[in-house]
Amino acid sequence: MGIKSLCLKKSLWLFHFGGASCNNCDIEILDCLTPRYDVERLGMLLVGSPRHADVILVNGSINKRDKERLLEVYNQAARPCFVVAIGACGCTGGIFAEGNTFAGPVDKIIPVDAYIPGCPPKPEAILAGVVKLVKAKFG
Amino acid sequence: MAQQIFYFLVFPGLLFAGVAGGLLSWFDRKVTAWVQFRRGPVLMQPFYDFLKLLLVKETIVPARGSVLTFLAAPVFGLFGAGISAVFILLPAFGIASGFTGDVIVIFYLLTIPSLSYVIGALASGNPLASVGASREIKLMAGFELTLLLIFAAVIMKSGMNISLYGIIEYQQENGALIGSLSGILLFIAVIFCIQAKLGMVPFDIAEAETELSEGAFIEFSGPPYALIKLTKYIMLLVLPALAGAMLLGGLHFGGLSGLWSVLKILAVVLLLTLIRNTNPRVKVGQAMRFFFIWMNALVIAAIILGYLGL
Repeated sequence: MGIKSLCLKKSLWLFHFGGASCNNCDIEILDCLTPRYDVERLGMLLVGSPRHADVILVNGSINKRDKERLLEVYNQAARPCFVVAIGACGCTGGIFAEGNTFAGPVDKIIPVDAYIPGCPPKPEAILAGVVKLVKAKFG
Repeated sequence: MAQQIFYFLVFPGLLFAGVAGGLLSWFDRKVTAWVQFRRGPVLMQPFYDFLKLLLVKETIVPARGSVLTFLAAPVFGLFGAGISAVFILLPAFGIASGFTGDVIVIFYLLTIPSLSYVIGALASGNPLASVGASREIKLMAGFELTLLLIFAAVIMKSGMNISLYGIIEYQQENGALIGSLSGILLFIAVIFCIQAKLGMVPFDIAEAETELSEGAFIEFSGPPYALIKLTKYIMLLVLPALAGAMLLGGLHFGGLSGLWSVLKILAVVLLLTLIRNTNPRVKVGQAMRFFFIWMNALVIAAIILGYLGL
């Protein structure tokens, strides 16, 4: 493995995009930063600007207004940048899939690298999903 | 000439100060993790972050804004930090290459990184960045006067010595300046000034992650942001080293006293980290009032006490 992918793998900075979420997934994502799960030991940090992000975490159903913002955030992020869809709403639309303001699950709008299903997914599931993403991308 | 370039690029300058400052930044993050009952990042984490930004990420330049100024500002700041590292660390390694009056030059060089953050932020054309820049300027207006008064007090207490090497030598002969009442007051003031200069939590008004999303640094990505990170690592080494050299009896590397000097720097960084983990962010007006009234009063009291020989 080259030094580039080693450094990227060891320091993935996360940007959190919450769509029209019920806030359960947001809370579970924040749980990953708490002492019990502590993603900082894996080198992950929550950053405030998409310019610094390596991974965009998208949760919640994406409605017509969120779609523009999600595209904007995705286009603002510095490449290489991965997208992880979290929760039933992010992956498929969940109970909102038939709604008339629903603008499609995340992978219809931007390319998604990993899906973490669950309503909401447990923090263990989120960590497992991120580890699987790292394994798939960097071997 | 070759020696000066070596000083600047390799030994006390960019390379050495970057690596040592990176390790201090790891220490800061690890202590923060321990305070919050977490495990914390691995030892190499600051270097992974730096190399990732430098080698892997792409550079995005603002569409509306001055691209040249935007890209030059981090370089400018890094060179300011590198030169101040040379001036502060050379006397600490016992090389008397400083000239008379280098304390005043150090004071000016230490403002360059903060100024370059302001320039870079204003060149990016982002409204949040300009709010961050204006806050950084206000904060500088607050703490720079206090820092200047601290420098004046240290110069007065060390027998009107205006070279850092002379100040360290004076303390070798007459005991550390912190050993007196006025020295303790100066140390308290210098810790708060360092906190503000590093943008650590009670005074992280300019980068405020939660309200301004990194404020002044919001538009930086890739290699320019890597240079800003490196500047921050170097400043995290240089400012505690300056506090150690001016007030804690000087730094001397070599033999057992070298270990003692490293412990001094680690103790200052530990103090900074503990302050940053146990305080909320203040508003910019509160920060300015804190420095203009309380810290200036503290330092002036210290000058008066020092004049009376206490």
